[in-house]
Amino acid sequence: MTESQHDSQPIVRMQKLNKHFGSLHVLKNIDLEVKPGEVVVVIGASGSGKSTLIRCINGLEEFQDGHIVVDGHNLVPHGKGAKALQRIRTEVGMVFQQFNLFPHLSVRDNVTLAPLKVRGVSAAQANESAERLLDRVGIRDQADKYPSQLSGGQQQRVALARALAMEPRLMLFDEPTSALDPEMIGEVLDAMRELAREGMTMIIVTHEMGFAREVADRVIYIHQGEIAEEAAPERIFDEPQDERTRNFLARVLKH
Amino acid sequence: MEVTFQFDWAAAFGSIPHLLPGIPWTLLISFGGLAIGFVIGIVFGLMRISRSRWLRLPAILYIEVFRGTPILVQVLFIFYGLPQLLGGPINALTAGIAAIAVNSGAYISEVVRGGVQSIERGQREASLSLGLSRTQAFRYVIWPQAFRRMIPPLGNQGIISIKDTSLFSVIGVGELVRQGQIYIATTFTALEVYFMVAMLYLAITWSLSLLLRQLERRGLVGQ
Repeated sequence: MTESQHDSQPIVRMQKLNKHFGSLHVLKNIDLEVKPGEVVVVIGASGSGKSTLIRCINGLEEFQDGHIVVDGHNLVPHGKGAKALQRIRTEVGMVFQQFNLFPHLSVRDNVTLAPLKVRGVSAAQANESAERLLDRVGIRDQADKYPSQLSGGQQQRVALARALAMEPRLMLFDEPTSALDPEMIGEVLDAMRELAREGMTMIIVTHEMGFAREVADRVIYIHQGEIAEEAAPERIFDEPQDERTRNFLARVLKH
Repeated sequence: MEVTFQFDWAAAFGSIPHLLPGIPWTLLISFGGLAIGFVIGIVFGLMRISRSRWLRLPAILYIEVFRGTPILVQVLFIFYGLPQLLGGPINALTAGIAAIAVNSGAYISEVVRGGVQSIERGQREASLSLGLSRTQAFRYVIWPQAFRRMIPPLGNQGIISIKDTSLFSVIGVGELVRQGQIYIATTFTALEVYFMVAMLYLAITWSLSLLLRQLERRGLVGQ
């Protein structure tokens, strides 16, 4: 990460974001900026609102108050502004905990679907970039298989390639390794590490603290819907300032 | 007391040529009605899960009415009742096809709804996150998967509707049961003829089952 990248306009800016699920106040006055090229890792207990937070960025969750600007497009409360939302989604990729690959399509078709239908690229072009991306995540030889024929780690790497095929400016990761068997976590983290090294802007929700420390430019600790602490990884992990952060880290790092 | 009655196999097999003319009618009413019912089912099934209440409510009304009343009453209503409204007769074939269409359409609406709703929410979320519109997400991701899951219950409905056409003997359409009744009126071999009628229904429905099982085996169904 170079300093000049960090100085440029933020790609995500959240201001006073509030979200409720019924009577539950899930996100409380969240202010957050992410600059191009930054890798931000969001940590917190389950139910703290960290997944909800990143799902607001591409409009999978509506919010009730505040606003979000993503790459110059405005997201407003209550899911209004469908045009901006669609534009944001073509620029923002997402990888899900449960992979969410399309089971009725081959690996190749999973990757080419959005470029063909949304970007309108030619079949040859879509195919070529699919092969390049699958090669990059190490599963080029599986292109004609179906998702159910792959291991969890391979599926998640296909999901990554599928998101990258849209050439996103920002990638969101929602607990990408939480559904994986332990021996497959490494291969997915490696692919993400590689992506970070290439300069992709990433917001990652994860429980992998070692990975967070290694790749994050900034770590955000969310506690009951609030940003409790936000700092460089060394600072968060080695000298957390907030009592709540200390308690959380004591619990997750102890085993 | 000794049972003296004998099942007359010759009479049973002898009735077949007299019953066969009923098969095209049975198939025409079944599959004609089911084809229309399928279109109705897609339209009303999707209306049923629409976000708009003004689409949802008519769909619920339609489904409840046609699922909640007997198909025999429906066909009598169409054949004898509707002409009073329309001012002209409806022929028995049209009435039969219409009855199967509206009746199976109500059930197929629920099959469509169930199929679409059975697709995990993550499929839609992944589609939208890739920039697909809601319509594209439905067309390329949700529907193809939903349709595969719909095939077994659709097959089920097909079999039910084929059997339901037997009721239409009451409006005089020349389907299988009607042909049997006409034949029995001259031969008085009710046991043998109705047995054969049953076997012919079984032949039709079993063929359909085999076809569906073949589809399932080829992996075109489910997931």
